Amino acid sequence: MNSVHDMGGMQGFGAVNPETNEPLFHAPWERRALALTLAMGATGQWTIDHARAARESLPPGVYLNSSYYEIWLRGLEHLLIKRGLATAEELKDGQLRQPADRALPVLTAECVASVLAKGTSAERSANQHGSPPRHVVGERVRARNMHPGGHTRLPRYVRGHVGTVLAVRGCHVWPDSHVSRQLPPFEETAHWLYTVAFEAQELWGEQAAGDNTEICVDAWEPYLEPCELALSRSGPHDLGLHLGPDPGPNPPPNQANG
Amino acid sequence: MIEPHPEHPHEHSHLSDMDVRVRALESLLIHKGYVEPAALERIIETYESEVGPHNGARVVARAWTDPTYRDWLLRDATAAIADMGYSGRQGEHMVALANTDQEHNMVVCTLCSCYPWPVLGLPPVWYKSAPYRSRAVMDPRSVLQDFKVTLPPSTRIRVWDSTAEVRYLVLPLRPAQTDGWSADQLARLVTRDSMIGTGLPLNPQDLARETSV
Repeated sequence: MNSVHDMGGMQGFGAVNPETNEPLFHAPWERRALALTLAMGATGQWTIDHARAARESLPPGVYLNSSYYEIWLRGLEHLLIKRGLATAEELKDGQLRQPADRALPVLTAECVASVLAKGTSAERSANQHGSPPRHVVGERVRARNMHPGGHTRLPRYVRGHVGTVLAVRGCHVWPDSHVSRQLPPFEETAHWLYTVAFEAQELWGEQAAGDNTEICVDAWEPYLEPCELALSRSGPHDLGLHLGPDPGPNPPPNQANG
Repeated sequence: MIEPHPEHPHEHSHLSDMDVRVRALESLLIHKGYVEPAALERIIETYESEVGPHNGARVVARAWTDPTYRDWLLRDATAAIADMGYSGRQGEHMVALANTDQEHNMVVCTLCSCYPWPVLGLPPVWYKSAPYRSRAVMDPRSVLQDFKVTLPPSTRIRVWDSTAEVRYLVLPLRPAQTDGWSADQLARLVTRDSMIGTGLPLNPQDLARETSV
């Protein structure tokens, strides 16, 4: 969704203000909001991608006027209502009106350390995926010019631009389809994930000519197209080059994450 | 971003509103049997007193003193960091980025607030703020100036936007005049910001000044 959470390259927000000796939380409710978000996440009623989708679908004005834990809290409330786990009235005053209609796997204190230490891997086996990576390290690729109305992790500022594949990170669950099912079992299609480096000038134009900067973005295969194909589409004549989608067998990917 | 300024009554009342709202939510979720109060306390305790940038500092200091560990960290950061006892949530797929004299790495999440929790803890407010998220990818040198860091134009900057589940840890350059220092001593030079790439490690003179205050 093209909304205000996708902030890369926006202007007018002013200076970054690092706070000296910043406390971990700025109000007691923030630590509660963190704990509730993590504890409810552990019940498995949604994934991190659903949580991100909920936060970024807040109305743009609300998003920009909320502190980050407030965004988390609003996202959590949204998910609870959507899953039928709480009603808006209940959230208003905390009074239970509708007892839980299903038992959730509740995170217990004894399990907190192991659950946090384990985390949730986004990587899936390449065998399960079935196809080798379409792109190789060093290849020029174009980020697709796409504007899905749902959740996506391809930032607007790279769309349509050409970069170079720096690394193949393995097969990771694709957020765009991960959020398609609201209840478990979730849709877990995985795609090859690449780190793609873009020259600053490619993204920001002449004004970035002397910046000596590159910007690296992690992009799943459906976000990318071979550069030649993109050129043949946009050129005056379609020469019919590179129409075959299968690039043939590739060397083994650089598995940075084992 | 709304930041607390207790001296401003309006914002103070806003914080109270949030306090009421979160209390209501917590009470409701406990009554529904969805969350266990003791688990909430345990989560808070974990991030308040166990996980933090001191973890990352130990990783960096070990990489500075042990070339084999450094190679491992750069090849398979997830495993090398787990070897120090740090793993899990928001650090499932770690990649370490080595700064050199020619290249400086800097990490951002333009879409939300992705951050390597097991090694750095919870992110500071500025990391999640609109100014940082908007400008880090478009004008990283001016962002560095906000942190009072100026790099020569000949130093190439690589900005890493954490758009997937890969989490990045910057391995800063080891400060000069630290020959013979132990990993424990070196860890005290490693700042949180130096592992995000918005800062540089302290040098021995900085450390002497800090500890003499």
